[in-house]
Amino acid sequence: MHSKTPGNSIATAWSGFKAGPWQERIDVRDFIQRNYSPYEGDDTFLTGATERTTRLWSRLGELLAAERVKGVLDVSQVPSSITAHGPGYIDQGLELIVGLQTEAPLKRAIFPNGGWRMVESGLQAYGFEVDPRVKEIFTKYRKTHNDGVFDAYTSDIRKARSSHLITGLPDAYGRGRIIGDYRRVALYGVDRLITLKQAEKASLDDRHSTEDIIRDREELSEQLRALQELKQMAKAYGLDISGPARTAREALQWLYFAYLGAVKEQNGAAMSLGRTSTFLDVYFARDIASGVLTEQQAQELVDDFVIKLRIVRFLRTREYDALFSGDPTWVTESIGGMGEDGRPLVTKTSFRYLQTLYNLGPAPEPNLTIFWSPRLPEGFKRFCAKVSIDTSSIQYESDELMRPMWGDDTAIACCVSAMRVGKQMQLFGARVNLAKCLLYAINGGRDELTGEQIGPRSEPVRGDVLDYEDVMARFDTMMDWLAKVYVNAMNCIHYMHDKYAYERIEMALHDYNPLRTMAFGMAGLSVVADSLSAIKYGRVKPVRDPSGLVVEYQTEGDFPKYGNNDDRVDAMAVQLMRTFMEKLRKHPTYRGATHTQSVLTITSNVVYGKSTGSTPDGRRKGEPFAPGANPMHGRDTHGVVATAMSLAKLPYAEAQDGISWTTSIVPSGLGKTKGEQRDNLAGVLDGYFGEQGFHINVNVLDRATLLDAMERPEKYPQLTIRVSGYAVNFIKLTREQQLDVVNRTFHGTM
Amino acid sequence: MEAPNSSELENEESTPSGEEGYVHSHTTGSVVDGPGVRMVAWLTGCHLRCQYCHNPDTWKLKSGTRTSVEALMAEVVKYRRFMSATRGGLTISGGEPLVQAPFVARVLRECKRLGIHTALDTNGYLGERISDADLGTADLVLLDLKSWEPETHRRVTGWDVEPVLRFARRLSELGRPAWVRFVLVPGLTDAPANVEGLADFLAALRNIERVEILPFHQMGRYKWEKLGLSYPLKETPPPSPHLVAHVAARFRERGLNVV
Repeated sequence: MHSKTPGNSIATAWSGFKAGPWQERIDVRDFIQRNYSPYEGDDTFLTGATERTTRLWSRLGELLAAERVKGVLDVSQVPSSITAHGPGYIDQGLELIVGLQTEAPLKRAIFPNGGWRMVESGLQAYGFEVDPRVKEIFTKYRKTHNDGVFDAYTSDIRKARSSHLITGLPDAYGRGRIIGDYRRVALYGVDRLITLKQAEKASLDDRHSTEDIIRDREELSEQLRALQELKQMAKAYGLDISGPARTAREALQWLYFAYLGAVKEQNGAAMSLGRTSTFLDVYFARDIASGVLTEQQAQELVDDFVIKLRIVRFLRTREYDALFSGDPTWVTESIGGMGEDGRPLVTKTSFRYLQTLYNLGPAPEPNLTIFWSPRLPEGFKRFCAKVSIDTSSIQYESDELMRPMWGDDTAIACCVSAMRVGKQMQLFGARVNLAKCLLYAINGGRDELTGEQIGPRSEPVRGDVLDYEDVMARFDTMMDWLAKVYVNAMNCIHYMHDKYAYERIEMALHDYNPLRTMAFGMAGLSVVADSLSAIKYGRVKPVRDPSGLVVEYQTEGDFPKYGNNDDRVDAMAVQLMRTFMEKLRKHPTYRGATHTQSVLTITSNVVYGKSTGSTPDGRRKGEPFAPGANPMHGRDTHGVVATAMSLAKLPYAEAQDGISWTTSIVPSGLGKTKGEQRDNLAGVLDGYFGEQGFHINVNVLDRATLLDAMERPEKYPQLTIRVSGYAVNFIKLTREQQLDVVNRTFHGTM
Repeated sequence: MEAPNSSELENEESTPSGEEGYVHSHTTGSVVDGPGVRMVAWLTGCHLRCQYCHNPDTWKLKSGTRTSVEALMAEVVKYRRFMSATRGGLTISGGEPLVQAPFVARVLRECKRLGIHTALDTNGYLGERISDADLGTADLVLLDLKSWEPETHRRVTGWDVEPVLRFARRLSELGRPAWVRFVLVPGLTDAPANVEGLADFLAALRNIERVEILPFHQMGRYKWEKLGLSYPLKETPPPSPHLVAHVAARFRERGLNVV
């Protein structure tokens, strides 16, 4: 194991590194830029799993199998914090990187600050008895985020929420999607970060105590406390992280401790890692050059680290798991991309991260995300394509769109949300159901399923055939109302989250006063675009029930469908994004956050569909929406490239929180030989991102494999499939979700 | 299978000038119709009645949509950058494209002018309808050789093999690169003499860059049924991997590149 750091030997820790401004101020990017070596070769240097790795992983395999049966293996009812639990190990003698969320692997913690109800129903769902003492504390003495939010919600917000017009709001648990710059702990050590935060706090002493400044001072004090706790947590494992890391192994360990502190403190919806591979590569390269580390040992460390990331767990309710298809934690790691100076940010460690999918087998977590640019080195492109074909476990996002907007030290939180690491955070806000909003517009604000008045009352549509101009005018008004309610809800949520469930350690690893975005989202883009197209180019007759409520639509004639590179309808989708974004921007946000939006549904496209009546595009009541910005199933009839081109038209400037596209290709649909398949996939990625596409999930799978996995799940414990911005274990999906995946378009050959 | 008579064949042509043609549909993202990732345009009209045809809905010329060269090219150029990123291009398929040779020639010329790679997917029977010069504008010919033995070819397609072989020799003489595609159907095209004859014939040509052996499958069946046609190969299984490997070896041992 590591020896204790003798004092704060910064000189030793940084020896061999090129000097620069990063030494004087916190500037991890500057450190990377001055010290990393791009790697332009291929994957032949990589090594397989060592015996130790295989042993550790198979040990865990037994626990994972038991967890699959029980749902939740075990729970600690000590409310989680950075120091709440003592040290834990999988097998102390075998582990190279240490640290678990609780004192045992896969034993989940509770996080009642987000909301008690979530904790209680999580416990009950998996057969654990609630500790009455903890319950008393969080229902009697300590108010939670969830309580706060509902104290401040308006009646419109409640109605929009319960009618499933706005869903997935982080009002009952941690909001997540905040990435601490965990690299800072490795590069600088915690003491240096404490000194800095103290200075930030002192700089506010002369400022008048407005509400904003008071809040900032309190938050900085909390951040300082969290940093001290992080040192204590490490000490329990016999390690002193007050000074900077001196070796690659320490760098990985320090960085992981910082991340571990975050997942001990928060059960955020997405707890992403950042952009760590090229940072760590500087340490690996130094140790390998000085002969203290071999390639095999470097890979072993990465494998061990990734094992830890794969077993991050939170206790959630069954509904939550059903909504998001299993147990996602969105430990997203951003890999690759180009630097602002034109050098690729690809290093050998970028390859090593991907290699874990071979050494440990495919897995949904960590959510490995490639920043793609057509300018990436060919060897890396080909390796990524190979990994996609072999594992379906990675996703791609456009480096060329993100870099000009956010710089080259940007990482993805969750699925598609870009943020500058340590300099930017987001206030996450799920999404609205725009298809339902369209139906409300037609029905004068009444819900098409219940008949209840939810939106503002207006005259419902008259006549036997829907008129495009008439519907558009009503839709516009309904969207005005929806945008207002939505921003209001988000402001309430984030005010309360800061107040009752503040992310102390994650924010301690940010600059003071980072750029805040408020991330809105929409679901049903393709349903609405096709519906509007049907109304304009076809003939849509509303069918009313006795109370005058339109409950069905008879759609006649052909009409252009989104996803076929047909401008007539693609332009409608683009316009919809612009319009809704514009409406959101009209309403001021909490803490002056910048409005952004995403076209991303996670896997809730199934649930959205369930709670939405029939739509004018011919979709029947209850049928799933397409995920993210995908075309509706089976309507993209002109091949994968035409679909890609439709997606690429959606403007990133109007969806800075990301646009998600998930596609499945059968292996033979990529070419005859492995080499051809790899080159063709790399080519498709070059083409798509060259056309300004933002994101793609690629599954390379046969439908037959999925059908077999539905029948014989035990044969496919690690079958991984990309859904909307992340990946899941296919066998953990509900049957409905499995069918949804199976029914999607699989691009093959004619 | 009843074949149309030759006068019917004569009449089957789109506008004589080729300014317009009949197009069934197009798709993108194909990787099996030439190099890279390609757009494929299926034209209508084909007089062959191959027993295993998987696009019987393209047989009738007039069932396609009348489309100008300009309109088709407007669709093609949308994918120009994508094609160059994937080293792909446009594949003109069908039906039998040479039923509409003047239209095809115009599209090929337009693509050449724009630097778009083209592949002409043809059974070669109507090869005489396209001039050497126009043939020279296609970057690649995908030659669908249904069979070598005259009797088998007639049984498979309803027509003679000789015009096809003539076209293949002509391509070789002109030095036009070609990929040959041979559909392997158990009990129909897999006779040793048929396979070996084809392999010998191809080995003597100078322009064959690769040979693709396409294992017969049942995926075209639903289209026949949809069109109210009876599918002659309803009971035919796909060839075993062993048979495919065996046939591939016959071509390989003659120095042909089988993919």
